[in-house]
Amino acid sequence: MTSRPRLADGARLTYDDVREEHLLLIPEGAVRLNETAARVLELCDGERSVEEIATALSVRYSGADVTDDVRELLEGLGERGLVLDAAA
Amino acid sequence: MPPPRPYTLVAELSYRCPLHCPYCSNPVDIGGDRWRAELETEHWTRAFREARALGVVQLALTGGEPMVRRDLDELVSAAREAGLYSTLVTAGTTFTRARAASLKTAGLDHVQVSIQSPDPAENDRIAGVRSFEKKLAAARAARELGFPLTINCVLHRQNLDRIEEILVLAERLDAQRLELANTQYYGWAVANQGALMPTRGQLERGEEAVRRFRERVGPRITVLWVLPDLHEDLPKPCMGGWGRTTMLVAPNGEALPCQAAATIPGLTFPNVRERSLGWIWNESDAFTRFRGTDWMQEPCRSCPLGRQEEDWGGCRCQALRLAGDAAATDPVCRFSPHHTTVVAARDLPQTDEFTYRTTRSPRGGDGGAGSPGGLSRRPRPAGV
Repeated sequence: MTSRPRLADGARLTYDDVREEHLLLIPEGAVRLNETAARVLELCDGERSVEEIATALSVRYSGADVTDDVRELLEGLGERGLVLDAAA
Repeated sequence: MPPPRPYTLVAELSYRCPLHCPYCSNPVDIGGDRWRAELETEHWTRAFREARALGVVQLALTGGEPMVRRDLDELVSAAREAGLYSTLVTAGTTFTRARAASLKTAGLDHVQVSIQSPDPAENDRIAGVRSFEKKLAAARAARELGFPLTINCVLHRQNLDRIEEILVLAERLDAQRLELANTQYYGWAVANQGALMPTRGQLERGEEAVRRFRERVGPRITVLWVLPDLHEDLPKPCMGGWGRTTMLVAPNGEALPCQAAATIPGLTFPNVRERSLGWIWNESDAFTRFRGTDWMQEPCRSCPLGRQEEDWGGCRCQALRLAGDAAATDPVCRFSPHHTTVVAARDLPQTDEFTYRTTRSPRGGDGGAGSPGGLSRRPRPAGV
């Protein structure tokens, strides 16, 4: 599990105002993101830990514990090579 | 129904190139007058903005060799400003550390470097020019500056047996992606089919090597393995379907649905000097002619596998070349009455000699004589 997640080299978050959706742009591809995933990835700066990201997000979601959801999302993106662990 | 939105713009900035690869997908008449007048900077920057407004997010800056454009930094900045994710597809011979740094500052996102073979001498023979060491230096410069790196290697009979070495080289260069595209028979590759067509055994061993590599390396390196469709019996969705995902702009400004579309007679291609990309994508005959399924003939029209919206009838340029009709079913399809031409192409007489790509005019006086179409047999050795 990534402990201080960051986006893979060259991956870039953007909002596509033509299709009105969040995208993670990667070399010769794009991953469509829902609102929550986009919020999580915005916080993946290689400095914050997964726990800190979850805490920051829970504020947005009225204090609900989102740690498991964040962890699951980052694991999925990690398996696709889109998120790396800056601490590794 | 509104047309689908494109994701990718392929910007062929110039057909000039230091390499002479015999499978180049550029038109065989790149030495001719049609392609001589290259677009100005402001044509491209406008095209980038219009592309984004249409929905394009990925921009491939390619050629030929895109590094020959003196305004490349400016084009890259304009792409970033427009909101596009830009990839430079380069032979690497002039992608020095200093040039890489300045492109990084301009906002380039990703670098793709071609190799012709993992063996230096063979690389240089296939490219028709000494280039291997410069390519490795280019790949290293890209990584040192933090670019994500793709290595691409077009595969064919003369380099497929080195596939393990290609995989290891990509790993050693710290590439994130490796594109292993088996030669498709368009452009210059048609003239070189006898020198390039792999054997079934080579392809099977290649596929197995890729499988083992993926298992060992995992998601750290994405390997794309594209089979040559002449060895298939169902067609590929060429370009993701005609006018569905991609538009290509040639160095002279002509907009095409694919790299080989200029071979189709009766199609005229709108020019970005005169038309907006929006009009070209939504309205032009070139982009709507084979879009969707209404244009299909039999056997596509009543496809027994119901694949009309899966393979979109396959490749129009291949249908033209092998069936003589761009609106026919791609003869790769086993239901095509012309499928025997595909089967026969797998066993063409073999040769090791290449007809090399050149931009010298077919009518030029210095060389190029002899072979069909006036293609030159050997690259000029000067500067090698």
